[in-house]
Amino acid sequence: MNKKKIQDLKYSTVQFERALLAIDRTTAERIISEFKNDPDRMQIISELVTNALENIGNAWEEGKVALSQVYMSGIICEELIDKLFSSFGNKQINNPVIAIAVFEDFHVLGKRIIYSTLRAGGFNIIDLGNGLSAETLVKEVKEKSIKILLLSVLMLPSALRIKQLNKLLTGIDVKVIVGGAPFRFDDRLWIEVGADATGKDPSETLKIVTKLVGEIK
Amino acid sequence: MSSMERVITTLSHKEPDRVPLFLFVTMHGAKELGISIEEYFSNADNVVEGQLRMQKKYNNDCIYAFFYAALEIEAFGGTVNFLEDGPPNAGLPFIRNFDEIPNLQPPKVKDSKPLHKVLTAIQKLKEYVKEEVPIIGVVMSPFSIPIMQLGFDKYYDLMFFHEDLFDRLMKVNEEFCVDWANAQLEAGATAICYYDPVSSPTIIPRNKYLSTGFKTAKRTIARIKGPTATHFASGNSLQIIDDVSQTGTAIVSASTFEDIVLIKKACRDKLTVLGNLNGIEMRRWTSEIANQNVRNLIMNAAPGGGFILSDNHGEIPFQVPEEVLLTISEAVHIHGRYPIEL
Ligand code: B12
Repeated sequence: MNKKKIQDLKYSTVQFERALLAIDRTTAERIISEFKNDPDRMQIISELVTNALENIGNAWEEGKVALSQVYMSGIICEELIDKLFSSFGNKQINNPVIAIAVFEDFHVLGKRIIYSTLRAGGFNIIDLGNGLSAETLVKEVKEKSIKILLLSVLMLPSALRIKQLNKLLTGIDVKVIVGGAPFRFDDRLWIEVGADATGKDPSETLKIVTKLVGEIK
Repeated sequence: MSSMERVITTLSHKEPDRVPLFLFVTMHGAKELGISIEEYFSNADNVVEGQLRMQKKYNNDCIYAFFYAALEIEAFGGTVNFLEDGPPNAGLPFIRNFDEIPNLQPPKVKDSKPLHKVLTAIQKLKEYVKEEVPIIGVVMSPFSIPIMQLGFDKYYDLMFFHEDLFDRLMKVNEEFCVDWANAQLEAGATAICYYDPVSSPTIIPRNKYLSTGFKTAKRTIARIKGPTATHFASGNSLQIIDDVSQTGTAIVSASTFEDIVLIKKACRDKLTVLGNLNGIEMRRWTSEIANQNVRNLIMNAAPGGGFILSDNHGEIPFQVPEEVLLTISEAVHIHGRYPIEL
């Protein structure tokens, strides 16, 4: 990318982020559509979207924006990416099998946010559903050859029981990433339950998944 | 001083004999009685016995008449799933479709069996503690309960894109909330804890709060015939402290993620601060850490009164060991004597 393009991209990212925070789909779409005819369009749009989502996630972590904005931004980006990329006729990244589930409890918003952010970041993700038990998850991991398993929980007892799941997964080649409120309030809990990583917000999660996918490849 | 005098003094922004401790223990009562959490909450007498024992054991400055949040969903006809080692959760949202909202009616407290258990517990507890120890009743705010009624994603959708239906739902929930709060006060509760985490800047931006949760809180709290505490269930509150102080509430919760010094400053002479120990982390505190955390918190927030020490969520997780709770209580009794040694 040349200097001018990088400048343009920076400017557009700021505008795009503003549109997302204001839940303004039309403006958001207009901004990324400007790159529709660029030969590097896939790279540019992906970067723009992930940068904006990353900034918004970080701002939530710092208490500067609210969860509603994180959620809506993820959904808008996911829709825009789906729409644009399918119109380009391009396939999404061919990543190792990644799956996400709500472990034991039924609080789906965290999973929905992480799912849409990762999809907006270009990853293919299998949604395994909600309220899954350890046994079901082990079966799914084996059957689908899942290499990265993302688990969302809201309740502390569910978080603690991930330890048992991880024991059942020993010897199987899968990385487990955990997240949800209990892991935000206790930053050592992910180690205690034997997970490979945790993310406090969608932007951190996007970075972790990108890194892991690079390592696995 | 009795617990009641201690609390009233701090609420008037003066220093009592020591920092009041609100140890929000709910499920630990089941441990005390050696029964399951489900059985414990199935009967008012269990909760009465559990609360009285825990009040003595931990030298608690309040009785906490909270069963669990999803109890209100039972009153609406929804379901609840119990766990062996944690609080019960609401079952699948009972409003499946937005078009059910126009016909939704507020449940009547007087006809609701689940709510009657709480009212009976409060009446019996009041006979024991009289005016010595405050009894804290609990309501979910009309603005926060929709997450359990609809699901979180659908509620965002309703709040941001379906104003008329949102207003209608607030009407129903406000009627219920006022009725429920006043019934608890009538039964003997001293004050009502108004749980409103959706209003927290963690969950919605302040400008949205001002046009929604703030208005709901103002209308609802005005009709509750007793003092209220506004609780954000460990959500942040600093950005909206001034607004919250205009809703007519007396107490505001502080999250463990925010600087208690800044919160205390923002609340000065307007609101009493309630908080902000990290309940989730508490599970693995050693007695040194527990003691240190209590001490720091007291030094930062207690001088001048206007402060009640508690966890930041309004409920101690079931997994927190009794020893940690005993240490916290001891530490409050040692370091919390006024004047605070800095
Ligand atoms: C709003 C709220 C409520 C509302 C609605 C709750 C709901 N969703 O059903 C009300 C008032 C009704 C409520 C009630 C209760 N609550 Co509440 N509540 C909250 C609050 C403030 C936000 C919860 C929420 O839904 N957040 C939205 C989700 C999406 O946020 P999140 O999980 O943090 O997810 C983010 C990140 O963690 C990450 N992430 C999420 N998943 C994943 C997955 C991966 C792989 C990764 C990497 C990252 C990641 O990305 C997300 C977006 O940034 C939290 C405290 C807090 N500050 O977070 C307590 C909290 C969730 N509540 C809690 C509890 C206990 C309850 C009750 C059981 C209390 C009771 N005894 O009745 C009830 C249960 C209600 C029910 N469903 O039946 C506890 C749960 C932990 C525990 N102690 O066990 C919390 C954490 C409070 C605390 N500090 O202890 N609550």
